[in-house]
Amino acid sequence: MRAGILRTPSPLPGFGLSFAITLAMLSAVVLLPIAALVGRGLMIGPVELWEMVGTRRIRAALALSFRAALVASLFNLVFGLALAWVLVRYRFWGRRLIDAAIDLPFALPTAVAGLALTALYAPNGAFGQLLAPLGLRVAYTEVGIWLALVFIGLPFVVRTVQPVIEEIDREVEEASATLGARRSYTLRRVVLPMLTPALLTGFALALARSVGEYGSVIFIAGNLPFQTEIAPLLIVIRLEEYNYDAATAIGLAMLTISFAMLFAINALQIWSRRRIGHA
Amino acid sequence: MPPTPRLAPLNQASRQSRSADRLKGKLLIVASTLALTLGPWQVAHAQDGTDLLNVSYDPTREFYRQYNELFAAWWVAQGHASVTLRQSHGGSGGQARAVIDGLDASVVTLALSADIDAIAQRTGLIPEDWQARLPHNSSPYTSTIVFLVRDGNPLGIRDWDDLIRDDVSVITPNPKTSGGARWNFMAAWAWALHAYDGDEAQARAYMSALYHNVPVLDTGARGATNTFTQRGIGDVLLAWENEAFLALAEQGEGAFDIVVPSVSMLAEPPVALVDGNITSDTQREVAEAYLDHLYSPEAQALALHNFYRAWDVSAAAPEDIARFPQVERLSIDDFGGWAEVQPVFFGDGGVFDQIYEEQ
Repeated sequence: MRAGILRTPSPLPGFGLSFAITLAMLSAVVLLPIAALVGRGLMIGPVELWEMVGTRRIRAALALSFRAALVASLFNLVFGLALAWVLVRYRFWGRRLIDAAIDLPFALPTAVAGLALTALYAPNGAFGQLLAPLGLRVAYTEVGIWLALVFIGLPFVVRTVQPVIEEIDREVEEASATLGARRSYTLRRVVLPMLTPALLTGFALALARSVGEYGSVIFIAGNLPFQTEIAPLLIVIRLEEYNYDAATAIGLAMLTISFAMLFAINALQIWSRRRIGHA
Repeated sequence: MPPTPRLAPLNQASRQSRSADRLKGKLLIVASTLALTLGPWQVAHAQDGTDLLNVSYDPTREFYRQYNELFAAWWVAQGHASVTLRQSHGGSGGQARAVIDGLDASVVTLALSADIDAIAQRTGLIPEDWQARLPHNSSPYTSTIVFLVRDGNPLGIRDWDDLIRDDVSVITPNPKTSGGARWNFMAAWAWALHAYDGDEAQARAYMSALYHNVPVLDTGARGATNTFTQRGIGDVLLAWENEAFLALAEQGEGAFDIVVPSVSMLAEPPVALVDGNITSDTQREVAEAYLDHLYSPEAQALALHNFYRAWDVSAAAPEDIARFPQVERLSIDDFGGWAEVQPVFFGDGGVFDQIYEEQ
């Protein structure tokens, strides 16, 4: 008997075919563009790349992009968790409506979001008018950038944490309470550890999304060099100068930093999973 | 005894034919996936000879919509077959890059000659001497840079030197991303050189002070206009005259005033045939006629009606001509032309970048 006949087929047929299609589509849409970016970077050479990224202006733009994305994602981490908790644990009028509204930032064209936020928070806008007498400016400052990034990142945290909260058995919390734990202790030692992996995933998704965000930020940022100029805008500016090499350099820098951050978050996630015994 | 396989072993031949069938099936799916992916792309490139794509910049949208109707009717009246005219609008630099990257433009009508030069130099689709092929530097209509101020001009802004006052905030788009904003920059530079008797150091100091008063650098001219008119930011908007008139027409007369500075630029948005993208003699004939006809009295009247300054006023309505005030307009050639100005002022590390590096 030949080995080929005895090989037990997978209970799900069509693996080879579906895998090939997946791989082909993934290559055409995701891998090839990234490979082109990396390939172009390799042609430029590491020293030149470093020189192009090392200028004060690009460093300022990169720092702003990652700082704003980090601040916005941390904000989303806290308030996204609160929002998801409220939506799962409480029953109130309008819950379904709020639940549906969470997805709006996914659906809304980012340019529309940027324009709407700018219209609201500009000094003559509905909220901007209230803030202006207090000396607070939101539109055309770094705060405006945070706001836009909070908007686009929020659903990522809520939608990853929500199903996990739904899975938590209330008995666990009750058991903790009967064993004498205070509420804050239960929250800290029982509930949060179970949510940590999902929270980290949501945070990573929101972060990755907001680092590269262009469409909404461009309207609400003032786009002033060294102050409110985000790295993606600098890429567009380099393209307008037909300086494809410099654009590649900034793109690669963003890719590298993002990759390092996602890697760190994933490592943290694996560690936290092991800690609560879901390895 | 091992359990009997549920399927009887197939003989060699039928197994081979089955795997051949499988292979065919796979190929079919891969091929159809590819076809689905590439299909729309190929349709977009299919073109017959009497199809014309005009790749233009943002503010000409209304003008070319009207001109296309005018030209299509005139072309048929000349005894030719009807022609399909398509137009594409966007930021001038981005449009030029799209053509460089393969957008099938038959003609380009952009905001400044530097963008068409870039297409000529980078692709060879257009001969280098393109700007001499049509009258008036290939610019059938021109404009200039003016100030749009709040109604009644509360800050009394009259000329370029008012723009560097501490109490004045200026809106102008980023000259790196907006072709129109490069004209704004050069208009200010022209005045500064004029005012300081050609002293470049003082002119640079003026430009630095001017951009110090700019709180928002929008990426495009329309964005800057919106920031000024809708968001209420800034006391003065540096704008193309045609955009300023359009803002007045759309917002109502009572909202803004136009202030004409003592010195400004002759803004020339040029047009060119993209020779390398022309596929047939018929198409070439249509495309050349399309550009030539821009200089006809009817088309010139249309440009005037759309707030552009045109050369031939013979067919224009009197109110479309009376609108334009006298202004001293310097040509970009006074500064060496865009080929020289572009890298010095707007290249990486150029004069504009230096303004911000110094701050």
